[in-house]
Amino acid sequence: MSTKRSPFLTIWRWAIMLIVSVYLLTPLAAMLDFSTKIGRGKRGLYAWKAIFQQPDLISSIGVSLELAILVVLAVLLVVVPTVVWVHLKLPKLRRPLELICLLPLAFPAIVLVVGVSHTYNWISIHLSESPLTLTAIYLVLTLPYSYRSVAAALNSVDVHTLSEAARTLGASTGRVLFGIVMPTIRAGVMSAAVISIALVLGEYTIASLLNFQTMQVEINLVGQQDASIAVAVSLAALIFVFVLLVIIPTSTKRTKVLEPIES
Amino acid sequence: MSESRESSVAVNLIGLAKSFGPVTALAGLSIDVAAGELVALLGPSGCGKTTALRALAGLQDLDRGQILVNGRDVTNLNTNKRDMGMVFQAYSLFPHMTALENVEYGLRMRAHRTPAAQRRSRSSELLDLVGLASHANHFPHQMSGGQQQRIALARALAISPTVLLLDEPLSALDAKVRTQLRDEIRRIQLEVGTTTLFVTHDQEEALGVADRVGVMKMGVLEQIASPSELYERPRTAFVAEFVGLTNQLPGTVRDGMIELMGTKVPTLPGSIGSGAGIALVRPESILVEPSESGNARVITASFLGAIARVHLQTKDGASIIAQIPSSDAAEIGAGRNVTISLMSQPVFAKPA
Amino acid sequence: MTSSVQEKGTGSALRGAGPLRWRRHSAYLGVLPFGILVLVFLVWPTYSVVTGAFQNSHGSFELHTVKAVFTDPGHITAFKNSIEISAITALVGAILGSLFAWAVATGKPDGLLRRTTLSASGVLAQFGGVMLTFAFLATFGFNGFVTTFLASQFPNSFLAHPDWLYGFLGLCVVYTFFQIPLMFLVFLPAIDNLKPQWREASSNLGGTTLEYWRRIGIPVLIPSFLGSALLLFANSFSAYATAASLISQGSIITPLEISTAMSSETGVANASTAKALGLGMVIVVGVVMTLYTLMRRRVSKWEQ
Repeated sequence: MSTKRSPFLTIWRWAIMLIVSVYLLTPLAAMLDFSTKIGRGKRGLYAWKAIFQQPDLISSIGVSLELAILVVLAVLLVVVPTVVWVHLKLPKLRRPLELICLLPLAFPAIVLVVGVSHTYNWISIHLSESPLTLTAIYLVLTLPYSYRSVAAALNSVDVHTLSEAARTLGASTGRVLFGIVMPTIRAGVMSAAVISIALVLGEYTIASLLNFQTMQVEINLVGQQDASIAVAVSLAALIFVFVLLVIIPTSTKRTKVLEPIES
Repeated sequence: MSESRESSVAVNLIGLAKSFGPVTALAGLSIDVAAGELVALLGPSGCGKTTALRALAGLQDLDRGQILVNGRDVTNLNTNKRDMGMVFQAYSLFPHMTALENVEYGLRMRAHRTPAAQRRSRSSELLDLVGLASHANHFPHQMSGGQQQRIALARALAISPTVLLLDEPLSALDAKVRTQLRDEIRRIQLEVGTTTLFVTHDQEEALGVADRVGVMKMGVLEQIASPSELYERPRTAFVAEFVGLTNQLPGTVRDGMIELMGTKVPTLPGSIGSGAGIALVRPESILVEPSESGNARVITASFLGAIARVHLQTKDGASIIAQIPSSDAAEIGAGRNVTISLMSQPVFAKPA
Repeated sequence: MTSSVQEKGTGSALRGAGPLRWRRHSAYLGVLPFGILVLVFLVWPTYSVVTGAFQNSHGSFELHTVKAVFTDPGHITAFKNSIEISAITALVGAILGSLFAWAVATGKPDGLLRRTTLSASGVLAQFGGVMLTFAFLATFGFNGFVTTFLASQFPNSFLAHPDWLYGFLGLCVVYTFFQIPLMFLVFLPAIDNLKPQWREASSNLGGTTLEYWRRIGIPVLIPSFLGSALLLFANSFSAYATAASLISQGSIITPLEISTAMSSETGVANASTAKALGLGMVIVVGVVMTLYTLMRRRVSKWEQ
């Protein structure tokens, strides 16, 4: 139903959008500009090419990408099933789980790393020195976002009824979990995965204070000497995550399971 | 309690037309509502009834057409200047205000500026009218759907609107609440005397509440008449089939009569003049007599309190629904043979 | 599995038959891996920080460190700075972000504008840390986009001399960059929840646009607005990476002090300082998040 809208309002709308867009897009444009400057007024892709000439930087990008994959796997294999499991079988634990998953918001990374440094000392001595051990603490950092994504998806579809229906038709627990529940919450799971990737790729605090060489740590290091390269990598990472978010369907639109029959 | 006012306001909708891209919502709708009358707009979804109501309220602009309220042209007037009270289907109560504050809201607007004491008394008066004085300080989320709609009604009436508009106010409620509230609304409307337009897709609701019912289809008015006239003398096949139950019985039309099941029955104006036709016969026009050598067999018989509905199958294989008083239904059970015949009520005959 | 006896009550969806007590508790096994992970990497660290603040290097209880931290003027200044920056960026971000959300919400619900801004905001909100620093260096730094432009056009203007970037004001401007998209993401649902029927009912009852916003729109949005602003505050207060890469000298905010305490050469004695500072942060964030939860609860009561 169309409603009347005054032209005054429309002007305001576009004014606000313009102002905010300029504020947010200027640094991005500046990054592009900065990373392509090579001296007096000339432009070139020197900074971008130089990325590949920094072995530490390249290896740290590899490390971060591996971490991102590991964390996503961990989210898919540990967090999502746990949230679903609690939702279906242990409803009394729902509240405590929600609180636990909100804890990382109240305990910011800078504080968490203080408490975790002894543990990581132990891990680097007794288990492994690899930066991939960061997976565990990163998983904890993603909890508020991945939990909320999955929980919201579970709430919007009546999983309880679906699983009971499947159960009465003879489905086993595994079948219910992976054949019925997972597909219906797919959007929420995807959203959790993408946020996790963005988080891992952007994380600096814990990695640097635990002395691991991840992408962000290296960018910072490189940037102290040659800011252009750092800017170029940052822009690339940003575009990468943006593309991911656009490609992977993470919209909150509910998948229509049944189309109503028009009478 | 307010004295019942004779409203002298009449509403004229003249040639309303509105299209949304390729979809035509209104195709030249004209309706006159007399002062103090409750007219129901009835029709299936998409027929344009809600568009018409919203156009009257000023919430919907039109492509063409004119709206007069008591002779005054309000077509280009803003919603907030039309002085109409509207009850929406759902969600219209302001969630952060109590029932009393909701009802008072219109009286706080500059358009209806009322001093505080008078506001309070008027609002309390209306809460009494809808029977919810005890809920004055409750918030919408603390009340049931039916209660919320009653508050919405009180709120709409608080400003003593010239016209009252109801947009499917009962559709979101449970069946039992719907019937109760429907009668409440009618009672209040009669008491206050406001000219009212009531939109619904439920024909029982429309027939039960209105002075006149306008049946709409695809943006036009098919027929507007009193409930009984609509029911007994439908002017088109659509109206005949939409309002109440009908049986479709084939027969030949000649000289204003149609022959059905051995009886000649007069046809209503608007029916086809001659040739093969299908008569739309009401269930209660069908007489059922148990008989061993009958022309039909009972499939099921449903006891519905005062009446019973009987599903029959004729020897020709046609399915028929008949409605008889329960007292006559005692011997008519599933599988029984019966003789059915027609009362000589005029019927609408559409082309075959 | 054999068919089950459906018990009444919740949790019966997946329960099977069998020795009842084992069945009832076996479900808890499912959360074991998660539980262990959370215990080691979340619960234990938080416990360690909270109690560690009150321990000296020999592990016995003492208030000395905590007292020292909370009375030291350097720490107090940093704390004050942290709170001020967080408050300022939360306010600015909340206002601009909410206006932006309103501008987008009034557009087409499925339109390109909304989808693009949602995706962009999702990325920008997480785009903190080091990358943000370099983005702003590229803009306002010594060889930056805006700096060089202004240096040629308005050489005496404030922005042509980028020293401001590396201090309090710089942090405020930079932090606001991710506060605005965050506010947009968190507040947009609240604006979406403004039912069109309220606007229509208000008009219908004689209300003007101003009256609607004053009596309905704004009052209904305030709890969500405040809640979101609180979230922004907590977010800004907790931020470390951007400051760490932007500010090379001095620890003007608490997170920077924590990293100094942790990496300081003077060794173990500073472990409890770091924890005491961390405790301080946790208290502030805890209070803020509690208020946030209260606001959210009020809003969800109305959304029946």
